[in-house]
Amino acid sequence: MIARPRGTSWFVVALPYAWLAVFFLAPFAILAKIGISEPANARPPYLPLFDEAGFHGTLANFALLVSDRIYVSAVLDSLRIAATCTVICLLVGYPMAYAIARAGRSWRAPLLLLVMLPFWTSFVVRTYAWMGLLRPTGIVNAALGWLGVEPMQLMANDFAVHLGIVYGYLPFMVLPLYAAIERLDRTLLEAAADLGASPLRAFVSVTLPLTAPGILAGCLLVFVPAVGEFVVPDLLGGPDTLMIGKLVWNEFFQSRDWPVASALAIVLVVIVVAPVVLFQHRRARVA
Amino acid sequence: MTRPRTATAVLGAGLVFLYAPIAVLIVYSFNASRLVSVWGGWSLHWYGELFRNARMLESAALSLTVAVTAATLALTLGALAGYAMARYARFPGRALFSGMLAAPLMLPEILTGISLLLLFVAMEQAMGWPAERGFWTIVIAHATFGAAFVAVVVQARVSGLDRALEEAAADLGAAPAVVFRTVTLPLIAPALAAGWLLAFTLSLDDLVIASFVSGPGATTLPMLVYSSIRLGVSPQINALCTLIVIAASIAALAAARLMRMKAS
Repeated sequence: MIARPRGTSWFVVALPYAWLAVFFLAPFAILAKIGISEPANARPPYLPLFDEAGFHGTLANFALLVSDRIYVSAVLDSLRIAATCTVICLLVGYPMAYAIARAGRSWRAPLLLLVMLPFWTSFVVRTYAWMGLLRPTGIVNAALGWLGVEPMQLMANDFAVHLGIVYGYLPFMVLPLYAAIERLDRTLLEAAADLGASPLRAFVSVTLPLTAPGILAGCLLVFVPAVGEFVVPDLLGGPDTLMIGKLVWNEFFQSRDWPVASALAIVLVVIVVAPVVLFQHRRARVA
Repeated sequence: MTRPRTATAVLGAGLVFLYAPIAVLIVYSFNASRLVSVWGGWSLHWYGELFRNARMLESAALSLTVAVTAATLALTLGALAGYAMARYARFPGRALFSGMLAAPLMLPEILTGISLLLLFVAMEQAMGWPAERGFWTIVIAHATFGAAFVAVVVQARVSGLDRALEEAAADLGAAPAVVFRTVTLPLIAPALAAGWLLAFTLSLDDLVIASFVSGPGATTLPMLVYSSIRLGVSPQINALCTLIVIAASIAALAAARLMRMKAS
């Protein structure tokens, strides 16, 4: 194996590296800069960090986030909703991945594709599909009415937000779980059974620990995007459903307070950076 | 063996859960009635309306050109990055490189969107470009995001290549460039095609990032869908969403097929 790029092949590394440094890394430095800038009624709506008078950095935006209950509860609600949805995805996704991994060889790829396909179709469209089902005059309420049940408020609440997030991110959970379960050496389960373990015991003490890396990867893949989710709380949530993603959007587009939106986005970065690094570390070790 | 049976039942229920809402949406896009909740018989009426809707056609054209351009750019960047990750075990800053490649796969889109917009605004102030946000800023954003997905697919393919084939070509006197063109490239071509399709689909589907980095003159299809569905459910939007689902599914299925293709 050629361990290092040589000669002209340096551009293979340098070109994407430079691109990512400019369009992925640098933006976060600027985000941090705007997060400590003062808002201004100008275009763009913030004051420069440095000018002739010197440095104008301020922590006022972060102070506002801590002092205003709206922001604190949005952060806590985002964490709670993302964690709950991750657990639900795991509970639903594990049996799904297990069934696919234990299906006949020729069934596995098509079944996995069937689970993953929705991920590749527009998130907005899929969330919109639930609006059609959950509306006060939607299909679910029509079916309930047919059964003699009073129409229910199914949308614009926390229930719908959980449903939408689980729906959107379930494929992310199934994929790494499937990979972990499929790799599992089945003779270990036979050995456990031969030694007298019940199927449940064998599952808890063999399957579960051996598929733990898949569980961790799936949980991170659901939790990280879910905690910053915007589309679902915006379309399916109610006025009192506050999540960081939606608040960043509102501060940015409605209040046009870019510094506060940036500060809030930095809080989100801080929340997700540890899980992202953990995921990356695990992936590098497996590879 | 009761567990696999329970698991299979959950799998079945899970698939119904994943597909039922989309199926209902598709069926209702053929509803003749103007009222979304009343079934008025089968009709293609709303599809006809859709193709007479000038704003929709304009957005669709913008989204398609953005997606094709961004996917091509993402392919170039992602293929180089994936190749580098698979072939070069050591180069300065490799850990940062692999981190920057992996992060866009899971980072909340709102972060990518807001930070890229702030970059574009800062660049405009510093060097006057981009003076107007729209087509090119969306293309850059989508290419960056798509490159991460292309890199994963290409890296997997390059890692799985039989090096003996390239060595044989080199032993027979082929120059490195010739080896790459006649051996490596054909072997990784399916991964390149799959990566392009994935980047294309991601670009076509993205709402959040495009909303941040776009300007007043450029409304992509998801942005148009979003602004209409905030006003409620309508049969014409059902028809549009059906077409989007079909287009995205075809691209994703083609990509999946290409990724499974064995080097022959």
